[in-house]
Amino acid sequence: MTTLSFALKISLQQRVDVSPLTPDNLVGKSTGEIAAIELQAGNRKVRTDEIFTLSGDDTLNIVFKTASTKLDYIGKGNGKGVITVDGDAGAYLGFQLKGGIINVSGSVGAYAACEMRNGEINIGGNAGDFLGAALPGNKKGLQGGVVIVKGNVGERVGDHMRRGSILIEGNAGAYLGSRMTAGTIGVLGEVGAYPGYAMKRGTLLLIKAPAAIPSTFNDCGAHTLGFLPLLLKGFQSYNTQFGAMAEKVKRVRRYAGDMSGVGKGEILVVI
Amino acid sequence: MIINGVQIDETFAEAFPMRATRVIITAQNHKWAHISAQAFTGFATSVIACGCEAGIERELDPSETPDGRPGVSAMIFAMGWKSLAWQLETRSGQCVLTSPTSALFAGIDEGEPIPLGKNLRYFGDGFQISKHINGKRYWRIPVMDGEFLTQETTGVVKAIGGGNFLVLAESQPQALAACEAAIEAMRQVPNVIMPFPGGVVRSGSKVGSKYKSLNASTNDAFCPTLKGQTKTELSPEIESVMEIVIDGLTEEDIKKSMRAGIAAVCELGASQGIRRVSAGNYGGKLGPFLFHLHEIMA
Repeated sequence: MTTLSFALKISLQQRVDVSPLTPDNLVGKSTGEIAAIELQAGNRKVRTDEIFTLSGDDTLNIVFKTASTKLDYIGKGNGKGVITVDGDAGAYLGFQLKGGIINVSGSVGAYAACEMRNGEINIGGNAGDFLGAALPGNKKGLQGGVVIVKGNVGERVGDHMRRGSILIEGNAGAYLGSRMTAGTIGVLGEVGAYPGYAMKRGTLLLIKAPAAIPSTFNDCGAHTLGFLPLLLKGFQSYNTQFGAMAEKVKRVRRYAGDMSGVGKGEILVVI
Repeated sequence: MIINGVQIDETFAEAFPMRATRVIITAQNHKWAHISAQAFTGFATSVIACGCEAGIERELDPSETPDGRPGVSAMIFAMGWKSLAWQLETRSGQCVLTSPTSALFAGIDEGEPIPLGKNLRYFGDGFQISKHINGKRYWRIPVMDGEFLTQETTGVVKAIGGGNFLVLAESQPQALAACEAAIEAMRQVPNVIMPFPGGVVRSGSKVGSKYKSLNASTNDAFCPTLKGQTKTELSPEIESVMEIVIDGLTEEDIKKSMRAGIAAVCELGASQGIRRVSAGNYGGKLGPFLFHLHEIMA
């Protein structure tokens, strides 16, 4: 069996919802049946083979070649297999992902890993706003799994996040971990203003100290926390620099907050 | 069967089914990991009165522990799931949670999960923090020396308790020396513990008693001071008998352990006053697992 690939053959004028093209949906389907699947493109429906050139037959191993920022909902609700994106992806990458792996070589739009339940997402470039967040009005953002971003991320990352890990190797925008209920967000680079805004529980692990700790977070002092090596060791099976930090990161300054609310969250700044 | 002048009796040890789990206790250094583990496995020599049997399995290097610190693995055995869960929880709470710098992890992942830190977390009075790491749930409980880190559950597996052998010697020091050598050899075997003090029991028991309220009483047939007073199993030259009891995860683990221990005893041999190796059996009434000494040493 060879990898099932979807090579974009036209320059997209409208956004395309490619959520039907997941291993879960395609398993057992012939190439002809896959080619006939209708995708929502702007305000009309198009056949898959109108915009993609199809090749291969391994529905558990899907590749979007020469991908575009106009391809939305890649891997929506998928539970198994590997989806690879050569290039950039649009919004809602891995929306409500239940399992499997999504690898993106380029950057992704807003709401990547939105309401994701489990699995793994690796993003080689940058990610937009609301990475691992909940849809507006919903209460549960990322609920499990691991999201790794090699580049920078936008604002409100992990908004309403409930469980799982987001590991950012670049910089993070403002309101990192806003309204977070639980889980872990790690950032190697700089973070924007108001990290942990309205955070209830959960952990922000910052390798670099932010320009300012929000006034609603209280300093709990410097500590050697035993769970940190265990946590970081847990990332060694992933493609992230955080795994290699298990031996180095032990001592942190702990800030508890957001004290304007529940106040059981924490910002850990490595010292 | 005679090995190095030591007679191996044609008899068997009789063992019974138990439930067991393993925990890993880590600390700032091995000294404090041992202190915590010793407290955790204290007063756990026999299910008869202790409710469980527990012991330290071995010392762990930092590379072998979940949090990369020096540690100790300990195992705890009980007659059933409920009693094991109760013993584990009370011992973890009173002996490990309280021990400076300690952390507590599951040592067995398979089997039915029982609470490890699941209920201890409430000691955190709402300040406890949960972390999911690689599919396992951990609790960070704030304590006065920092944080107590513990895993939520550990796995319970079927196990065997009561494997044993008796060392019959010409004197008490010789019997003890032989048992010490046996214990040192047996501690190299994984998946077993010897729950009695130092691994050795000097008060082996028989089932029943002349007193109605007692289920067990001294094994008079092996008491050297009663040689002329009861139906003895001892020849005139035997002056001291000591027993090693083994609990293990499988029959094979217990066999390996018994073989290592008896071999170490026989290595001292008759020249060191070791005359016989026997075993405690109850005519097949105690349990379904029979460990025949001749088969083990063949």
